[in-house]
Parts: sequence; C-alpha cells; structure tokens
Amino acid sequence: MGPNGAGKTTLVKHFNGLLKPTTGEVLVNGISTRDVSVAKLARNVGFVFQNPDHQLFSETVEDEIAFALHNFGFEDAVIEKQVDWALNLLDVVQYRKTSPFMLSGGERKRVALASILAWDPQMIILDEPTIGQDHHQKEKLQQLILQLNKQEKTVVVVTHDVEFVAECNPRVILMREGTILVDGKAQQILTDPEVLAQASIVPPQITKIFLELADLGLPTDVIDVHDATKILLNRLRKKS
Amino acid sequence: MSVFEGFKFRKVSSVVHDLDPRIKFLFVSVLFVMAILFTQLIALIVLFFIPLPFVFIAKVNRQWLRSLRGAALLAVFIFATNFIFGFLYPTSFNEITAPVDTLPEYLIILERSAAMTLRFVVLIASFSVFFLTTSPDHLGLALQQSHIPYEFCFAFTTAVRFVPVLADEAQTIMDAQKARGLELERGNLLKRVRNYIPVLIPLIVNAIRRSLELAESMESRAWGATAKRTNLYALKLKKADYILVVISILMLVCAVYIWLNVTIPSLTALIAF
Repeated sequence: MGPNGAGKTTLVKHFNGLLKPTTGEVLVNGISTRDVSVAKLARNVGFVFQNPDHQLFSETVEDEIAFALHNFGFEDAVIEKQVDWALNLLDVVQYRKTSPFMLSGGERKRVALASILAWDPQMIILDEPTIGQDHHQKEKLQQLILQLNKQEKTVVVVTHDVEFVAECNPRVILMREGTILVDGKAQQILTDPEVLAQASIVPPQITKIFLELADLGLPTDVIDVHDATKILLNRLRKKS
Repeated sequence: MSVFEGFKFRKVSSVVHDLDPRIKFLFVSVLFVMAILFTQLIALIVLFFIPLPFVFIAKVNRQWLRSLRGAALLAVFIFATNFIFGFLYPTSFNEITAPVDTLPEYLIILERSAAMTLRFVVLIASFSVFFLTTSPDHLGLALQQSHIPYEFCFAFTTAVRFVPVLADEAQTIMDAQKARGLELERGNLLKRVRNYIPVLIPLIVNAIRRSLELAESMESRAWGATAKRTNLYALKLKKADYILVVISILMLVCAVYIWLNVTIPSLTALIAF
C-alpha cells in the first residue's frame, strides 16, 4: 500500500520480469529475473493488471481465458477443464459465449482475473483488484484470496482500499517515494496513525473509533469489526 | 516507437522554440522544396547542414539524433532499392543527370543512391526539428490563425496530443499480454505478425472508447456553443521571425537560381580528378 507514485506497480512489475532491475537482482524461486523471459516467469507468477481493457481482445470470454493456456502449451482437455473451473470461480459462467467487450467494468475485471487464475500460478499479483466491484463481489474476492492463501499460494495485492485489507488481515508493506516505509502485520500497521499519515492512508473506520476512545482504556489495535464487537460487549456486560 | 520519439515535443524555452510556428513551417517547407529540387549529392550534403544550427540552439540534439536513428532502417531500404534498380534500369538515371563517361557506372549509381537516401534523411531531419520545437498548442493556434476551421484544428492537435498516450498504452498492453505468456518475438514472420493481434485489438478498442468519452466530455463543456471562438493567446510576429522569413526567402531564391543556372558536379567526379 502507499500513495500514488510510491512505486507499488513498478515494484510488482519486477516480480514477473516485465521490468528488470537496473542494479542488484530479483530472485523468483531462486532464479534471477534477468536470466529468463517474462513468458517463462509468468507460468509461476500471474499478474492481473489494473485495467482489464489492456488485455481483453478475444471474441468470447471463453477464448479470452483459454488464451494464456494455449500460450503455455496446455493440452486441449486440460484447457477445457481449467476454463470451466475459472469461469465458475469468478462467477462469469453465464457469459461464456459473450464478447468480453459487452460486459460491464466490474465483470470485465473478473474475466481478466479468471484469465490469469486459469493456469493456476504459484504466485498471484493483483493490481487494484477492488476498483469497480460492488460489496458482494469484494467479499467474494476476499474469500478467494484467503482460499488461495490457504492453498499455500503467495498473493500480492496492490491497493488503496484500507477496509478491504483490514478484513483480510495480511502482512502489509507500506511504500512511499520508491522506498519501503514499514513492513509488518496489518493489525500493527493499520492502527499506527503516524506511519499511515506518512503513506497518506486513513485507518479503517473501526480503528479510528477505537483510537478516539483510547481514553476509556479500550485497546487501540483493533481492525476487525467482529473483534471490536466482542470487546465492546465484554465491556458493557462488565459494567451492568 | 523510436521514430515517434523524434516528434515528441518537450516543454523548454529557446530562441527556436519561441519562433512563430507559421514561420518555422515556412522555413521547413523551403528546406523541403530544396531537397526535392536537387538530386546531386553535394547539394544535399549542404542541405543536411542547414537545420543543424537550429538543433543545437534549441538543445534538442539527443531527441533529434534518436529520430534519425529511428529512420535509419527506412534509409537503408531506400538506399538498397535505389542501388538495385539503378543496376536494373540504368537509363532511368541518365534522364536526371548528364552521364559522366569517364567514371565507372557503379560509382554513379552509388552516388545517386546515396543522394536519394540523403534526401530522405534531410526531410526527416528538418521536419523533426519543427515538431521537436513546436508545442501542439502553438501549432493549433497557428492553424487557427491561418483561418482553418476550428474543428479541423482541434482534430489535428488532439491527434498529435494523443500519440504519446497511445505509445504508452501500447507498452502497457504488451506488458499485460506478455504476463499471459505471449511471446511477441517468436515464430516465423507470419506468426510474428499474428502475435500482435492481442496487442492491436485492445489498443484500437480503447482508442475508440476514449474518443467517444472525449466527445461526451467536450459536449458537456459546451463544445461548439459559440460560432466564434476567442483565444487567450494570439501569435504575433517578432523580430526573429522576420529574420527567419528573410533567410527562408533568400535560401529559396538562391536555390532556384542555382538550380536554373549552375551545373553541380558530382562528388565522385570531383574526387576522381
């Protein structure tokens, strides 16, 4: 996370070799990104771009998702299976035969995501995935990320959406002007108003309330609404 | 994309940048006419040096060289075709210049091809100076003050303005498709051309989408509400502009005089004697 121009996208573009380091080395699974092509790295590192319109070109959603699988030389039977799986996963199965250009912005974004997840990469980079998604889709996206994480996949999310991050409670790295400001657990970073201000991020709303109620002896490191409810209920019960 | 680099304007100030675009265009057009008039290598070498002072005064030498480098491939192509066709149809050359009997034929053809290539380079060199030192806004103003309808001026400046945007976008799209395992440089020629389909379709679709959005946003800002538009800035000729006009006209007069009355010797003939 970090303000505009912090270098978030520039950083993640190094992960699949789209950008090569001018000095030093970027190692992906122990291999320097200088030594292999983007296409090779992409097999393990899936990168979902911010704007789906930069990648959609096929006649149907189905072809769009199969494109990368053809590039990686999957067999036809496997492609069919993976495309079905990805269509269902991202809730776009009803658009299978539709042109991706006919879909709404949020749907196009999901098709783009499906077209990357379809080849089941080990690492997934999502650049601003929550833009243009309604609450229901955001929730599904969150579940998807947690599920991928459970499958021991690495998910890197570039985002400004602080509430979304708070609900996932992952490791957070704040960036500013091309440098890493701080690196740690979401619960610790998203509740530190000083650090957040430097990265021009506003704490989650629930954290804000707890920070302002610190005088009452309430904990100041709350980012989860369910935790907050529990703490408050305990407090109220004790009083009465 | 490197050819476009040479035509991308950067906002700096210099004597050349501040010249009136109309006069600069006149100057470049004179260079253009001269490059077309002369077919002799010596004359074209002289022409090549004329825009150089402007390049150095405006301090655009790096970008200017880059645009020349971008044109190199085309220049090689022009040289090769001229050379090959010079051998296949040697007579087509005799009509243009007096044959020099004392020199071997291949030398004449060589010089001729070099001259044709240099003519192309001179054209690129001079027009690149013009575009490198003229802001799109100035260009639009110049068009407008030349009584060209505003719709056309606007279309023109918008097109120029969006070239770098499109170049950027093309790069992003290539990145996005590479991240999906597309290898642009792989396969035979036909395959390589086909590799660009996943890049071209999003580029074109986005351009159309953007133009529609631009039209809507302009209409919501009262585009075309008044018949007569006024401008905050108006172009006015300054002393330097008048000097350039005189230089341009003098150059043209000299060129026409030389073209009519002087036979320019061929370079190889000069060296041979």
